[in-house]
Amino acid sequence: MSRVIELAQLMQGNEAAAEGALAAGVRFFAGYPITPSTEVAEIMAERLPRLGGKFIQMEDEIASMAAIIGASLVGVKSITATSGPGFSLMQENIGFAAMAEVPCVIVNVQRSGPSTGMPTAPAQGDIMQARWGTHGDYPIIALCPSSVREAYDLALRAVNLAEKYRVPVVLLMDEVVGHLRERVVLPPLDELEIVNRREPIETPANYKAYRADETGVPPMANFGIGYRYHVTGLAHDEKGAPTNDPATAEGLLLRLHDKLQRNLDDIIIENSRSLDDAEVVVLAYGATARSARHAVKKARQENIKAGLYQPLSLWPFPAASVDRLAEQAHTIVVPEMNLGQYRIEVERTVRGRAEVVGVNRANGELLSPDEIMQAILEVVNK
Amino acid sequence: MMEELERYLRVDRFPLMWCSGCGNGIVLSCMLRAIKKLDLDQDRTVLVGGIGCSSRAVGYLDFNTLHTTHGRALAFATGIKLARPELNVIVVSGDGDSMAIGGNHLIHAARRNIDLTLVIFNNSIYGMTGGQYSPLTPVGKNATTAPYGNIEPEFDVAELARAAGATFVGRSTTYHTGLLTRLIIEGIQNKGFSLIESIAACPTAFGRQNKMKSGTEMLLAQKESAVHINRAVKMSPEELEGKVVIGKLHRREAPEYTELYDRLILDVRQGIKRRFD
Repeated sequence: MSRVIELAQLMQGNEAAAEGALAAGVRFFAGYPITPSTEVAEIMAERLPRLGGKFIQMEDEIASMAAIIGASLVGVKSITATSGPGFSLMQENIGFAAMAEVPCVIVNVQRSGPSTGMPTAPAQGDIMQARWGTHGDYPIIALCPSSVREAYDLALRAVNLAEKYRVPVVLLMDEVVGHLRERVVLPPLDELEIVNRREPIETPANYKAYRADETGVPPMANFGIGYRYHVTGLAHDEKGAPTNDPATAEGLLLRLHDKLQRNLDDIIIENSRSLDDAEVVVLAYGATARSARHAVKKARQENIKAGLYQPLSLWPFPAASVDRLAEQAHTIVVPEMNLGQYRIEVERTVRGRAEVVGVNRANGELLSPDEIMQAILEVVNK
Repeated sequence: MMEELERYLRVDRFPLMWCSGCGNGIVLSCMLRAIKKLDLDQDRTVLVGGIGCSSRAVGYLDFNTLHTTHGRALAFATGIKLARPELNVIVVSGDGDSMAIGGNHLIHAARRNIDLTLVIFNNSIYGMTGGQYSPLTPVGKNATTAPYGNIEPEFDVAELARAAGATFVGRSTTYHTGLLTRLIIEGIQNKGFSLIESIAACPTAFGRQNKMKSGTEMLLAQKESAVHINRAVKMSPEELEGKVVIGKLHRREAPEYTELYDRLILDVRQGIKRRFD
């Protein structure tokens, strides 16, 4: 038996997300039961105490989001998991985490909406909510896995990015990936790259909690270790003191924005297949990328120059990559389990240089490879 | 006394945002006296506030301070305390913040008996937004959103907290500062969820709408209406009509949540099967 076979295991997407987070050093989970994300909470409830960590089932998703921010402030890597209705409830405190720059990760296993929708049916309807769900202009990162292994890798990456950039990071799964069981081989724990928040080097007397250096990200002192400072969701100055001064408020907002914008190369992650000479590009993410991969393979068998571009990070938007696709391809097909939320962003970047075609489904069913293939055929036969 | 408490203040943030005659400063000074009496380590103490006039208190204090979202202070504090039980966590909240939008978090923090001390600054009104009625506005009182008089009955905070599982409940007014300080001391000392309700004057948003012109007048009204629990137990319901019962109202022994969790971790790691008799 080879080593690879020995390490292979059957794992569910939600389980992989939980394990990836634990591998990244998460030791605190607060959540509320909701289909189809509940397995993440159940696994955390079982695993965390064994690792010396803490799990708490809060009274609702608002409280869950609040509790993980509290735990993160005292230095414990923290995560929650939810689905549509719960994600809606978390939005105000997600904004707080963005404003107060508290690292945290929100797993959203998307289900069919709006409202209660179809709780057990998949969707990709929270793409825009993940970007713009809370009020105001704010920075956020959203990662989107299409397989169990990606769920593991991106959960780990989500925690790392949250720590590095002091932002809330959304792991945007969907019901298909969340409940998918696949054979996976996980990397050995000692080979993983784990990122911890940068701590201040200055003394408490000289520490200004929101003073950033050239990285745009202020070093973070955990509560309780001697650096006494103020954390607020109000616009604040470098010391954390509330302010109504327009220049200070604007400076803060722009820095929050810039700290991601100037690090896009580090944050953005993507996959591609048969893209080099592709004239028709399928841009797909999450479970839909699985169907798209099949469709592209099929198209190639029929000598159609099709390729797949799969953003693994949906936000910030990979504008540079889409820009290249717009120059290269005559058509970009965007299949989504929604009515075209990400396509709007693609069109905004493509600006007419290539045709952008949506393949959309919002009825609780996964898009099939055939449906995407059909769209490719319609494009090339036109 | 002010000099002794100054070490707890971020004087560079002064002047305070509160109006003249406001009772919040009195509650705050009682809190600081309690903290001084217990000699809490500022580095190891976290003060958490919600949204509203009273919740702004934390910003003026030289501790680890967290000014959260409206109603959610206890939920943030729960995360802090569970993640680092060795820290002292004190929560400051107003009557609207803790009893309306944050009511759910209050009853669940009490139910868990997590070691948090909640000081409610009860001024019977939403002050910061200009005088709307809260769940603690007495029936018949005026508010900008109750221009014909409030018809909603008010919560009895103490009864609610007791029923939900709090292990220490006290009430005072800003007239009775000695009592208020002692209650906060005992609340912090209690290993479990403690709630101290402090009745405080808001002449600007409440008094003005209800024919009470000044903070002094409202303080004297607090003096008139307050009855200590030791006296109240000997009074009939009729005699207690319109009175506010103050003092230590409830105390019971119960396991504390973070201690239970730490024990759970030990047992699970040692493979001990847990039994609940």
